[in-house]
Amino acid sequence: MTQKRSSRFDHDVIYDIISEGSAVLDLGCGDGELLMKLIKNKNVRGLGIEKDIDQVTKSIIKGVPVLHMDLDEGLTGLPDRFFDFVILEKTLQAVKKPLFVLDEMLRVGGAGIVSFPNFGYRQVVDSLVSTGRMPVTSTLPYQWYDTPNIHLFTVDDFLDWAHKNQVTVEQGLFRVDDAIIPFTEAVASEASEVLFVVKRLSS
Amino acid sequence: MDAGNVGWTVPRKVRLADINNPLPLDCGKKITPVEVEYETYGKLNDTRDNAILILHALSGDAHAAGRSTKADEMNRPWLKDRPGWWDRMIGPGKAFDTNIYFIICSNILGSCYGTTGPADTNPETGRPYGLAFPVVTVGDWVRLQERLISHLGIKRLRAVAGGSLGGQQALEWALAYPDRVESAIVIASSTRLSAQGLAFNAVARHAITTDPNFREGNYYNDSAPDRGLAVARMLAHITYLSEISMSRKFGRRYRNGDGPGFHLGTDFEVEGYLQHQGNSFVDRFDANSYLYITRAMDYYDASSWGDGDINQACRRIESRMLLVSFSSDWLYPPEETKELAIALSRCGKHVSYANIQSSYGHDAFLLEVENLSRLVRGFLKARGAQ
Repeated sequence: MTQKRSSRFDHDVIYDIISEGSAVLDLGCGDGELLMKLIKNKNVRGLGIEKDIDQVTKSIIKGVPVLHMDLDEGLTGLPDRFFDFVILEKTLQAVKKPLFVLDEMLRVGGAGIVSFPNFGYRQVVDSLVSTGRMPVTSTLPYQWYDTPNIHLFTVDDFLDWAHKNQVTVEQGLFRVDDAIIPFTEAVASEASEVLFVVKRLSS
Repeated sequence: MDAGNVGWTVPRKVRLADINNPLPLDCGKKITPVEVEYETYGKLNDTRDNAILILHALSGDAHAAGRSTKADEMNRPWLKDRPGWWDRMIGPGKAFDTNIYFIICSNILGSCYGTTGPADTNPETGRPYGLAFPVVTVGDWVRLQERLISHLGIKRLRAVAGGSLGGQQALEWALAYPDRVESAIVIASSTRLSAQGLAFNAVARHAITTDPNFREGNYYNDSAPDRGLAVARMLAHITYLSEISMSRKFGRRYRNGDGPGFHLGTDFEVEGYLQHQGNSFVDRFDANSYLYITRAMDYYDASSWGDGDINQACRRIESRMLLVSFSSDWLYPPEETKELAIALSRCGKHVSYANIQSSYGHDAFLLEVENLSRLVRGFLKARGAQ
């Protein structure tokens, strides 16, 4: 499920966003690299959830607490607002029930940090139109038949969801070429990857 | 990785309760004297902080690894045929690496492998205890193990680890002695046995106690309730396997030829297998011990540390925890292990949980060595990463 986290984009950005000493849940934590850094350097109380047992093992070897679970089954048992931050780093597009996972994220966390490859990125769209085939790019490196990405979406799709669900965007960052730009200062179609920090308006 | 084995092993015995220092039990009684049989592998380091206590399951013993030198002397000939019950996990270069750790395993109270049990002499009567043996619990076992650890001069264990009923002992250690356990590895286990598990144990005990040879447990000078014990073991064995592992192993194959024999004896391979399991078990196990140990298994409920609330109980725990379940285990189903992992998580405890895909059922904790080793080795080495 978890993609290779070759890009330093979300890792570094998420690392900076998370405040010292906070409680952090990483959904689809992969090999636990990000959590390990947060636990070691920022005194974070961290927990990972991961469905691939090889990745679970790697997290355990790093000393990162991790639960071998499937996000599509929800986070039953974890209390509301238990974490300050819940991370969905390039994971949302790979789950079966993305809206359910987003709801669970905002239930157990004060803030959600969601990063994803932007399917509305011009290069992706151009590739689809010009070749007539599913795009294969650096942020979407898979063939149509072996991709873990089963729910691809665009920046606007995500913002529509936020708008309809009383979710506010606290912060947004676009990766445009090698730069990281606030989402208010750039055009969505220029972003290959994006990251949003979201909160649910308290009802 | 090149892994060796621990070689020849020597069981040890120590008296850990006597008239001046009896062992208090959960049932309210005190027991004395108590002898404990144990084995150790590897070396205790100078700072005495590399000890790992291995906890055995229902029918296990202190002989967790290697080849016993005393099989004949102890009148346990079956030990000659095979290495210790977790030999694939314990040894130089193995998951519980005897080049690094000092491994201890002791036989539980009420068993029949060297630690005081119902077959031993009741000091009040001069005859075997039989059913006069007090009802013992997982808590009692752990209290006795604590005496052993103290006797060995160990203040704090690097880890406690076990599968099944052994996993529950590991959990109990973390709950009862939070400051003396650095980490706990709980495998194919949960906070308590399900109603279905209780039911299986009830039938098993019934098979023993209704055997005409049982005679209220006073059978030591006569024929033992072997038929009852064999049935109990056959039944239990079904719960250790999975539907798929039984299908794969035996299917519907007939023992002789490929058709029904039109008799009511043992005709299917699976029948023969269970019968063999039952019959070989009676040679090596005491029926009364089976009654007492399954009862302890029934009674165990980790939530009693939190007045019935597992979350409250979990707050006591200070150890790093590793919980492992197996996908086809229906005696201690993955869902229940996961629940414990979540309870620990919500108490802010350091816990990792892994569910290994396996078709072996509950027995997987003895068989899925490769996957289990990777997790255990990684978890033990990650010490101090936080």
